Amino acid sequence: MADPHSIIRVQSLVKHYQVGDDTVRALDDVSFGIAAGEMVAITGPSGSGKSTLMHVLGCLDQADSGNYFLAGEDVAGLSSDRLAEIRNRRIGFVFQTFNLLPRMTALENVELPLLYAGRRNAKGPAAEALEKVGLKDRMHHTPSQLSGGQRQRVAIARALVTNPAMILADEPTGNLDTRMGGEILRLMSELNAEGRTILIVTHEPEIAQHCPRQIFLRNGKVVPETIRRGADSGPAPSP
Amino acid sequence: MLFWIIVKVGVKSLWANKLRSFLAMLGMIIGVGAVIAMLALGAGAKKQVLSQIATMGTNLLVISPAQSGSQGVISGTRQNLTVADARALRGVPGVARVAPVASGGAQVKAHNRNKPTRVTGTTGTYLGIRAFKIAQGRNMSDSECETMARIAVIGPNVATDLFGMEDPVGQKIKVKGITFTVIGVTEAKGDQGWFNPDDQVLIPYTTAMKQLFGQDYLKEADVQAEEGSDLKQVQAEITKALRARHRLLEGEDDDFYVRNQADFIAMATAFTATFTLLLGGVAGISLLVGGIGIMNIMLVSVAERTREIGIRKAIGATEGSIRMQFLLETMIISGLGGLLGVAFGIFSAWLFPILFKYIQPDMAFQTSVEPFSILLALGVSVGVGIFFGWYPARRAASLPPVEALRYE
Repeated sequence: MADPHSIIRVQSLVKHYQVGDDTVRALDDVSFGIAAGEMVAITGPSGSGKSTLMHVLGCLDQADSGNYFLAGEDVAGLSSDRLAEIRNRRIGFVFQTFNLLPRMTALENVELPLLYAGRRNAKGPAAEALEKVGLKDRMHHTPSQLSGGQRQRVAIARALVTNPAMILADEPTGNLDTRMGGEILRLMSELNAEGRTILIVTHEPEIAQHCPRQIFLRNGKVVPETIRRGADSGPAPSP
Repeated sequence: MLFWIIVKVGVKSLWANKLRSFLAMLGMIIGVGAVIAMLALGAGAKKQVLSQIATMGTNLLVISPAQSGSQGVISGTRQNLTVADARALRGVPGVARVAPVASGGAQVKAHNRNKPTRVTGTTGTYLGIRAFKIAQGRNMSDSECETMARIAVIGPNVATDLFGMEDPVGQKIKVKGITFTVIGVTEAKGDQGWFNPDDQVLIPYTTAMKQLFGQDYLKEADVQAEEGSDLKQVQAEITKALRARHRLLEGEDDDFYVRNQADFIAMATAFTATFTLLLGGVAGISLLVGGIGIMNIMLVSVAERTREIGIRKAIGATEGSIRMQFLLETMIISGLGGLLGVAFGIFSAWLFPILFKYIQPDMAFQTSVEPFSILLALGVSVGVGIFFGWYPARRAASLPPVEALRYE
């Protein structure tokens, strides 16, 4: 089972929510694996459980039962400090609303994960990451002085800077227009081409199709996987 | 490294909410300022009292009646110290000089001016025992004191208040309708706050007891022990003699006190310590209120920055580092407030006596800011920061990351 190339291995994940008197099964026996270097879309209609799955995969939340191996390590039941360390070292987050700290410059925002990792010289790597996303000349701007697309690129730089095992993007183009969204997706593909594992959570079929592989969720269950190779266009296969 | 980043972040977020941070700090500024000013007041009072005791005279023993009452209830001062007692003390081994003292407050008039002051009935030896010097004129003689002469030696303050630039010697003053001739003026000893030795009128004790106050008993008897004698020994001899005179049985309590300077210093120290504790305690309450204000602001700040906390957690902040961030912010507020409070307190301690002199020119008091009180106030303000910052910081640290990120 412990495939050396596997970054993510989830088995029988279950997560319930209590809404009033009803119990909602946000994740209902979810199992799949993702190999190193893959670019995968996690998709499905709203309420399908993809946000919950993203939170569990991002170690922001824990499943009620089931196993989650991240780079070979069983993540279930770890302490909050250990989870913070995993989020810091192994996962880079990109959010729909960018989630940059407003009072800090782009450079300071990108430095932050390194500082939490206890690294001493954070400026150099942070500047490099910003250069990689094409914002070398905007390093000292605060988020409010940047456009939406630029903000998302700062967020990507922040996700990259600790050299994580995977990048977890939650609706990364949701707050951007088509052109800027396209740029962000291209950047993601470039990073994937360099060998990084990328997970994009989205409800938009066009974005999902951008990824060579898609995992469809409906009512908290994985709909049998459809694997596509290459940037094949066309309507999303109905699950 | 991370520590300094956290400090920088803290300062930045405090700066972003300048007014709010200042208002939170204001509690600490007032609290610490009040503690420093009040302790300075207490320390000043202590210094004053101690310097007064130091000028009382050397080898001085003061005999006064005990307080009356039973089982800790004080109902007044006993009337049992007589002139005969004072006279008898002269024969006690180790006693050099004795002065009987009967005193009270009275209005003193001269020309058209009058002044409330203290009138002390005693003998000429009083000046020697209490280390007064004659500046003008002469002292009272023993025969004048035994014959109810109507003469007075006045303090320099009384002299200037009643006679201005005129020479008071030979002038007449009236106390309770009785006319006295001023025969001398004492040298200034300096105002000592609680009791001013320069503001009194000395007259023969016989005149004071029989004609002015109608008292049969003394307020105290001042004794000067012989040079080089053991004060404890003399005290014991006096006690023995007075117990015999008052016919006290074995096991009965003394109905008088014999105090030396050390006793007065101990009394004054105990009194000013209580005084200081009281003032400091009241000021301490304002420090507590300031701390609660800071906690309130920090709780608002945590609620407002829920999303920021979520972001920080997502990129790898541990609960410990979030807790540290908010705790440091609180400590910056309280520490900075404490520093400003020290400045405010020192300023107040300087201003109070000046303002007071303006309102009450006759009385003076001093304040003394001690380094210890500054350290104490700063330490307490940082302590308040940790104490009141702990709960908001813990609340921030324990926010679940998912919920914090979802917060709008």
